Amino acid sequence: MSVQTEPRASREIGNARKRKEDRRLITGRTRWTDNLVLPGMLHLAMVRSPFAHAKILSVDVEQAKAAPGVVQVITGADVADVQGALPCAWPITADQKAPDHPAIAVDRVAFSGEVVAVVVAASAAQARDAAELVDVDYEQLPAALDLKKARADEALAHPDLGTNTSAVWQFDSAQAGTGGDVDELIAAARVDGVVVEREFRNQRLIPSFMEPRSTVVDPTGEQFVMWSSTQVPHILRLMLATTLGVSESKVRVIAPDVGGGFGGKLQVTPEEVITFLAARRTGRPCKYTETRSESLLAAHHGRDQWQKLTLAADKDGTVRALKVDITADMGAYLGLVTAGTPILGAFMYNSIYTFDAYQFTCTNVFTNKTWTDAYRGAGRPEATFAIERMMDELAVELGREPMELRQQNWIRHEQFPFTSVCGLEYDSGNYEAATARAMELFDYDGLRREQTERRERGDSVQLGIGISTFTEMCGIAPSRMLGELNYGAGGWEHADVRMLATGKVEVVTGSSAHGQGHETAWSQLVADKLGVAFEDVEVLHGDTQIAPKGLDTYGSRSLVVGGQAVVRAADKVIEKAKPIAAHLLEAAADDLEFTDGRFAVRGAGEGGKSVSMGEVALATFAAHDLPEGIEPSLDSAATFDPVNFSFPHGTHLCAVEVDTETGQVSMRRYVCVDDVGTIVNPLIVEGQIHGGLAQGIAQALWEEAVFDDQGTLVSGSFVDYTLPTAADTISFVTDNTVTPATTNDIGAKGVGEAGCIASTPAVVNSVIDAVRHLGVNDIQMPCTPQRVWTAIRTAGRTTADPTTPESTSHFDPDQPNQDPPGPGDHTGVDDQKGTGA
Amino acid sequence: MTRINVKVDGVDHTDEVEPRMLLVHYLREQVGRTGTVVGCDTSNCGACTVHLDGRSVKSCNVLAVQADGHEVTTIEGIADGDRLHAMQQAFHDCHALQCGYCTPGMIMQSIDLLNDNPNPSEDEIRHGLEGNLCRCTGYHNIVKAVQQAAGAGVGGGGGR
Repeated sequence: MSVQTEPRASREIGNARKRKEDRRLITGRTRWTDNLVLPGMLHLAMVRSPFAHAKILSVDVEQAKAAPGVVQVITGADVADVQGALPCAWPITADQKAPDHPAIAVDRVAFSGEVVAVVVAASAAQARDAAELVDVDYEQLPAALDLKKARADEALAHPDLGTNTSAVWQFDSAQAGTGGDVDELIAAARVDGVVVEREFRNQRLIPSFMEPRSTVVDPTGEQFVMWSSTQVPHILRLMLATTLGVSESKVRVIAPDVGGGFGGKLQVTPEEVITFLAARRTGRPCKYTETRSESLLAAHHGRDQWQKLTLAADKDGTVRALKVDITADMGAYLGLVTAGTPILGAFMYNSIYTFDAYQFTCTNVFTNKTWTDAYRGAGRPEATFAIERMMDELAVELGREPMELRQQNWIRHEQFPFTSVCGLEYDSGNYEAATARAMELFDYDGLRREQTERRERGDSVQLGIGISTFTEMCGIAPSRMLGELNYGAGGWEHADVRMLATGKVEVVTGSSAHGQGHETAWSQLVADKLGVAFEDVEVLHGDTQIAPKGLDTYGSRSLVVGGQAVVRAADKVIEKAKPIAAHLLEAAADDLEFTDGRFAVRGAGEGGKSVSMGEVALATFAAHDLPEGIEPSLDSAATFDPVNFSFPHGTHLCAVEVDTETGQVSMRRYVCVDDVGTIVNPLIVEGQIHGGLAQGIAQALWEEAVFDDQGTLVSGSFVDYTLPTAADTISFVTDNTVTPATTNDIGAKGVGEAGCIASTPAVVNSVIDAVRHLGVNDIQMPCTPQRVWTAIRTAGRTTADPTTPESTSHFDPDQPNQDPPGPGDHTGVDDQKGTGA
Repeated sequence: MTRINVKVDGVDHTDEVEPRMLLVHYLREQVGRTGTVVGCDTSNCGACTVHLDGRSVKSCNVLAVQADGHEVTTIEGIADGDRLHAMQQAFHDCHALQCGYCTPGMIMQSIDLLNDNPNPSEDEIRHGLEGNLCRCTGYHNIVKAVQQAAGAGVGGGGGR
């Protein structure tokens, strides 16, 4: 497999088309769910638990019911028999334990933020005012908060389960027959090789899509129309039907313009079910739009793992075995793919390296915190972070140059297709080419020289260089493999291509975009395929009545799976058009060729007769003169189920400056060269990489969901959950090498998650590289100035750095008007302090 | 209820509002200008940025009654018919938006930034947009768009 350098063969694929989606977004004519107003519409406000774990003793709604504008107040008890349980689509083991997951808590709350009552009122303000009047009496229960303590069952998140362990899932290469015995090779390396053992914390993050979630449900007679800011309208429709016992055919779900998702809107939420129930109970359209604080508190979180790794290598640096032991925080419940999210990383810790043996064990643990689920990369960023940190640690252990050590161990380009130690077949790639380009753009050698100079002169600002050579598995996913992993659905995608009488084309796709630019990219695919103008293609999506079949958008799957479905449907249109074109040309169908949108007799030359796709479409519409037995339609559908995952890869290089006196980290340079296969639209690909980088860098440096020792989310607003701003980030240098994927006709591999997966370890490696000479070998993410400064000050000691105290330091118990820490009712203590002062 | 007179995107409005009503809610719920959106509840994200008498404000941080007697311009009021404002055009040209939710506020803030400083450095652009959060673009192309708009004369009088 070599790097593709020949010019593109088509007009649209590879063309940096500006997006069709933009106009309504830049002029404010967008249809966000919260913009919808229906006649007689009611508004919902949620009453949420302030406690992480408590019994609900009583819910007094009388005052709220009497408040102006209030139509209903709904408690868990009111809907206990009809609300069903929110779905977990991925039970990872047969003996997986999980509590029921009610939309409205009935007798117990298991995390702070859980809904205990719902006010339905004439206006949003009235609903929110009345929600303040609902009086809930709780009896607090011991809460499982710290992940490691929870794994040891110190307190139980769900006492009825008898344990916090939901499931233990293992992959072992010896058992699977895909590699050797990991323990044997580690034991051998302890005698005659090198063994590196590390434990990393992959902190809890909050997806933080910019559009808060919103749902409108209109009960139109016996049907229900739901608009929701979701990534997964089709899955949502199916799950509403199964959860609430309504007929799937009576539910229409529309995802209008959706303001970002990043996995955070890959969910069937309590709020969606509640809005549905409220509309059914009142018989009127109902809307719920969350506040940002509610979103951060109760929309699912991501990551949150402790990762223990043991890597065995020969003394010459050849890697042999990797053993991974993950403790994954589920939070309080299993959402749609909560349990499977860490498993999506199971086959990726070995990454691009040729290990002989591999074992991955994941223990899923409940705590009394917001539940976790998919967040950009879902399992694969965790894997990439851990292995890329380990490769740096191995390099240090051996005194080797970290890039050169990676090169020694990665799959060489001539080895593709390559079967990994997990049994996955990596179809294509060229790590050497991507790395060479990245090193050149980065001026790797120059920065290494500068680093040496700064070290030598003892500069207080040190330079660090971090590497991440990564791959991921995406294009989720072959249905057969999802079945083997016990996932509840398949991984296919559907498309229809419809030829209109005027030669315009409608493309219906099951992919449901929320910022990715599908309308533009799909238009490019079809324009090339059918030889029509880019402008003449209309892409329809995001409404189960318009696009009735689909599995939606996540896991970098849209172009690879959904785009391929579009291509196949377009192929079928050409096949259906061919006999009609032959009839019009008075030729044999077998003699025709289709190029640039025209059918012509093969070899007839420029003067030969030809007919365009548009002319065939019109003739088909009129149907006055069609060949015998041909149906008057060119419209075609295709459902594509991939045979394999796709494996984008890339080399990311980061340079940071670390002020050793303050711990401040400043980005100096970021270069990445990604191989995402054939690129349909370079503008969109570049944009996806940029955004992914910012999110991955944010995990390394800035973001963390922090709970206090009461289980209250401390980083519950954008004041404390610190998304990067324009001033925190830099302009990135991005480029691509291309080895086409072999598992779809487009050659695309997927790009949505690449930047986010690859960047985190590159940044952390660079921060540690800057201060390694001071004795630092790990800094827990996010690498805040305080943590970096502390690491430098305590260098040489391995620091377990608990996140909670520093993050809650602004709640100082000795200051007035501060709640002192401690369980139970604290008003008395506070009062005493107040009077004493 | 309090009566207010506000000119929104060139149209005079007289409305009765609750004194506690935020300008953004007034714009969205009473005037029907839903192009301006709410992204947070702590004045951090800037998605609701509009112009009040030509200067950018976060409309979640202004009461509707404070706009009484003033002129508000939203994202829906800056294009000239079908002709986009140069900043809108720059966002489109540079792929400075993906999901588009932050975009109305980002565009309004970017115009204000150039009104203040028609020829900003990259660093000045980045700091000028610090109060507006974007989760999709990593800001890379937003910075490029502001640079393009500056080149087209936005802020220097040639913006349209």
